[in-house]
Amino acid sequence: MTKSELLTKISEIQFVCVELNLYIDTHPDDEDALNDYYHYSKMLRSLIETYEQQYGPLLGFGHSATQTGSWVCSKWPWE
Amino acid sequence: MWIYQKKLEFPVNITTPDLRMARALMAQYGGPDSELSAGCRYLTQRFSMPDDRVRATLNDIGTEELSHWEMIGTMIHQSMRNATLAEIEAAGLLGYYTMHDHGVFPSDPNGVPFTASYIQCTGDPITDINEDLAAEQKARTTYEHLMNLTDCEQYLAPLRFLREREIVHYQRFGECLNILNELFPNGDQNRVRR
Repeated sequence: MTKSELLTKISEIQFVCVELNLYIDTHPDDEDALNDYYHYSKMLRSLIETYEQQYGPLLGFGHSATQTGSWVCSKWPWE
Repeated sequence: MWIYQKKLEFPVNITTPDLRMARALMAQYGGPDSELSAGCRYLTQRFSMPDDRVRATLNDIGTEELSHWEMIGTMIHQSMRNATLAEIEAAGLLGYYTMHDHGVFPSDPNGVPFTASYIQCTGDPITDINEDLAAEQKARTTYEHLMNLTDCEQYLAPLRFLREREIVHYQRFGECLNILNELFPNGDQNRVRR
């Protein structure tokens, strides 16, 4: 996948996680939602790892263990 | 604490800038029902919220609001970054330019600066959640006004996304209100303590 395709995929799966997270906040005992959240969280982590190995860090403060790319010099999302 | 992720929640890419929209979008950047007001309001109401589920909802929606604030800031920046003085004047932004140039400053479209009184926190859990329900509806209305001001898909796509988030947040806060009403069936959540 190209950088932009991979970033789009990450955004899609992350959005699924945001939605499930907010739903679980008010439905903490919903087993189906918890299973879905676990499933998509694993998928998200794997996509972010793939992105970071190829294109550089996505997260600050030690949450991106990659030697590829640069936190400082990569584009900011408003550029 | 928070971890920054170097991406937007939903893509923004304005290549055909409209300075009218830059000005109108300030409603959601620094106005009373802006993403900034919402984020600060929920994140500060968390502290005195007595239920785990409602605390989590305030924390997580508050966090999402900050990513929406970043999307609006990006839309304003990309709409203003190459604007000429003539275009700035035509959009009624001479006063804004004088004080902020091409910077993105939290004020409303009429130049009224953001103020902490927009945040609202009474410490009464039911009152606070009712405030938040109203806030989500006011923001949805504002997004609909913004969508009436443009035909450009580069503005409409993120605005549509943000409007839909207001509806989802309203749904979650409605569930929070039900949780609190069950927790305080006698309306004694704000009992006078002597």
